Amino acid sequence: MELKRLFLKANNELENSGQGGKDRKVTCRKCQKKNTVTKIRNNNFVCPDCGHYFQVRARRRILMLTDRRSFIEMNRDMKSVNVLGFPEYDDKLRSAMDKSRENEGVICGEAQVDGHKICIFSMDSNFMMGSMGAVVGEKITSLFEYATVRNLPVLGITVSGGARMQEGMISLMQMSKVSAAVKRHSNAGNLYITLLTNPTTGGVDASFAMLGDITLAEPGARIGFAGPRVIEKSLNRSLPKDFQKAERVLECGFIDAIVTRSEQKTYIAKLLKIHGM
Amino acid sequence: MFKNTVNTTDDYAIVLEARSDKRLTASDYIDSMITDFTEFSGDRLFGDDKAVVAGIGFLGKMPITVIGIEKGKNTESRILHNFGSAHPEGYRKALRLMKQAEKFGRPVLCLVDTAGAFCGIDAEERGQGRAIAENLYEMADLKTPMISVVIGEGGSGGALALCHTDRIWMIEDAYFSVVSPESCANILWKDPGRAGEVAGALNLTADKLYKLGLIDKICRKNKMKELSEELKKEFEYLGTLKTEELLEERYLKFRRAGYRSY
Repeated sequence: MELKRLFLKANNELENSGQGGKDRKVTCRKCQKKNTVTKIRNNNFVCPDCGHYFQVRARRRILMLTDRRSFIEMNRDMKSVNVLGFPEYDDKLRSAMDKSRENEGVICGEAQVDGHKICIFSMDSNFMMGSMGAVVGEKITSLFEYATVRNLPVLGITVSGGARMQEGMISLMQMSKVSAAVKRHSNAGNLYITLLTNPTTGGVDASFAMLGDITLAEPGARIGFAGPRVIEKSLNRSLPKDFQKAERVLECGFIDAIVTRSEQKTYIAKLLKIHGM
Repeated sequence: MFKNTVNTTDDYAIVLEARSDKRLTASDYIDSMITDFTEFSGDRLFGDDKAVVAGIGFLGKMPITVIGIEKGKNTESRILHNFGSAHPEGYRKALRLMKQAEKFGRPVLCLVDTAGAFCGIDAEERGQGRAIAENLYEMADLKTPMISVVIGEGGSGGALALCHTDRIWMIEDAYFSVVSPESCANILWKDPGRAGEVAGALNLTADKLYKLGLIDKICRKNKMKELSEELKKEFEYLGTLKTEELLEERYLKFRRAGYRSY
């Protein structure tokens, strides 16, 4: 990590309070009410007034869903390269790294949930909208291969705008690559649980997000293939309010259950227990 | 839609040419390469999507399953085929016939020509994402040789859903891209007019993709006989591989795309 970045704070208003002893207040985007960071954090990053789901960073997700100190990260050092020499991509990568203090848009590793050993990947919307380039594809594929050899279940928390345009077809091919690794993991009789969070779209929706044995989603999460603005534009009319919302996607038959943040860990632990993992 | 405002470059000219309505469509390829072509319909789940034309026939003496995305020839047939943009049913019909091919030991040929999977409320609510994902997942270990040929437009996930195959070939003036240059320029700079600029950077032409190792062969355009001979030869070769070898090679083909190769 560059020295400069050691002194940068994670650019997320909910991730850096407590330093200096002052508990800042944050305004909810939905109800405009102010609450202290501590209060929101203790409420699983849900607005205590209106129930709005704040965006949760990838590392925080892992903390929230796994046992304390059980997480061992894999492939943390992998960094993207501007293979195609795409305009402005180098700058975007640098600023994404600064902003997120992560090397890439997904964090992978091994952990435990209520004592059940699992492999976990967690995507980060603060890193170029959680878009999938070669490194994201590689890290998730490696995780599935690792889990296949060891017969471990995989828990995947998705949030993504889709394939990363700046890596062209290399990004698109990651959909195939990860899907094939999921298939091998499944053929070996292993469990794959996905937790879809807001938003899970594009190439991620059209590959590993939709391939879980059990598919869970957060309330209100947008889940879909095409962007709503694209559809609106091509149909020339406005879309129904619940379009691509987790609740509607469940009605359509593509999600097993919608699980609130406070219940997620217990829910997942129960699934692991039933599978005898 | 953005055609006239764009500053054209060579790669962008290829994109525009690939969209041209004078171009050969999947049914032209089927007519000239496949004998006794017999079309089948329906995904057995919801309906029949005419954007995907699929069936069986002979490639030379070889029984084969052919799946093509068809754009249509005139206004009437273009509407019938939804301009080559498939709904989930199209991808599910394709998968159904691939599984049938696996059962009867027929190789599968996919002819890809689509601007992308259809964007619409129905398509979303019937699971466009899931349909594409399921194809990638199931094709990963479908136990029969498969070759896809991008004959015109290779539009993102909607094209990839028929390309998880042992070989990906492209006609020399086809393109294959993660995103259309217009949308890309629009997302990056809010200016679809810069599509020409970004088309080069996307590396979407057959020769660039070949150099990147993402496709396996570039085929000459309008040479049906040559293509048909090449396909026969390649299917014969793939047919000599043991199933485990075939699937391992297919896995590694996609495994190589990305991080470690650069």
